[in-house]
Amino acid sequence: MSTATLDKNDAAGPVDSAENSATHLITVTLRIRRFNPEVSADSDWQDFTLEIDPKERVLDALHKIKWEQDGTLTFRRSCAHGICGSDAMRINGRNRLACKTLLKDIGPDKPITVEPIKGLTVLKDLVVDMEPFFQAYRDVMPFLVTSGNEPTRERYQSPEDRERFDDTTKCILCAACTSSCPVFWNDGQYFGPAAIVNAHRFIFDSRDEAGEQRLEILNDRDGVWRCRTTFNCTDACPRGIEVTKAIQEVKRALITRRF
Amino acid sequence: MSTTETTGTSEPTDDVALFDVDHPAPVIEPPRARTAKTPKSTRGNFEMYGWLFMRLSGIVLVVLVLGHLLIQLVLDGGVSKVGFAFVAGRWASPFWQVWDLAMLWLAMLHGANGLRTVINDYAERDNTRFWLKWLLYAATVFTVLLGTLVIFTFDPNIR
Repeated sequence: MSTATLDKNDAAGPVDSAENSATHLITVTLRIRRFNPEVSADSDWQDFTLEIDPKERVLDALHKIKWEQDGTLTFRRSCAHGICGSDAMRINGRNRLACKTLLKDIGPDKPITVEPIKGLTVLKDLVVDMEPFFQAYRDVMPFLVTSGNEPTRERYQSPEDRERFDDTTKCILCAACTSSCPVFWNDGQYFGPAAIVNAHRFIFDSRDEAGEQRLEILNDRDGVWRCRTTFNCTDACPRGIEVTKAIQEVKRALITRRF
Repeated sequence: MSTTETTGTSEPTDDVALFDVDHPAPVIEPPRARTAKTPKSTRGNFEMYGWLFMRLSGIVLVVLVLGHLLIQLVLDGGVSKVGFAFVAGRWASPFWQVWDLAMLWLAMLHGANGLRTVINDYAERDNTRFWLKWLLYAATVFTVLLGTLVIFTFDPNIR
């Protein structure tokens, strides 16, 4: 850290770097959908203006607001690096992870809108009730089901068999896909893309033996047949999972295994 | 408290009086949320057959409807030739009877199934769903039966 400044003029060095860091800061307005049931039954937009590096993420901007401007701003985040799936929110009208969205990529010259994800009950500000989402996840039995004796070592699988469901193992359960689905918005009984993706992960796993059972669950009135292939889920997925393709593969498996 | 700054005017005082920590405002729940009590699989393959039917009937309807439009509107002098005699002449042949019957049934069932999914997608309350579907099924059955009756009992000597 110090070597670079020591090479230059001792006195001017720190000032230079301070000036540099100040010049590339930009003024960003975050328009956040606020809701506090202890104050009002209505939600409203609140603008926050801050000086921030455009290479920072939306989550950094939210932190800056919460730590420096308004401590009552409420949102979820855990790892802050796109792995835990806590901070899915609707940024500029699109579901994204706040921790994977750089301010410079979403037009910081205009106000950036931040809303809670849709289709789930808003509890406060950007925090929603995830319970219906996880209920659908639990309903597809997202765990390995086997019979017979447990092997003394790991269960072997060929690279080809592993490749078959590789895409759907990437899911972090952030709910960006499910809460971007127009069918889910209007009918919470639909399993939603995330639950189907996680069923897909086991249905096409050569080690698993409950594929038929999971297919039967998704053959439900509110299962895969409600998918309208609008591709909102594929667009929304922060992990780049081809969600709609996975749903179509489950549909195909249902048809080919029935006939 | 900061939100009261933005709401402005006289509203906040009303809100403060109405809601506090012990009496929070009701949250807005999405329609038909899934809970642990949600009934498990309905069994049966109805939705799968419905989905397959939409695809297959769609393919067949492309041929039937485009052929129908071509014959009715383009070939042999176009729409001006269509009259009572033209219809009577066509329905004298079992081939055209079957063509029109297939088109009627497939188009009506295809459209009805499509509207059924639209109702399922967009009607939130169970009551609304029930009555909209009831209306849809009644209209479908009426149209299909009436059309079938006309195709089979058509009498060219009616006048």
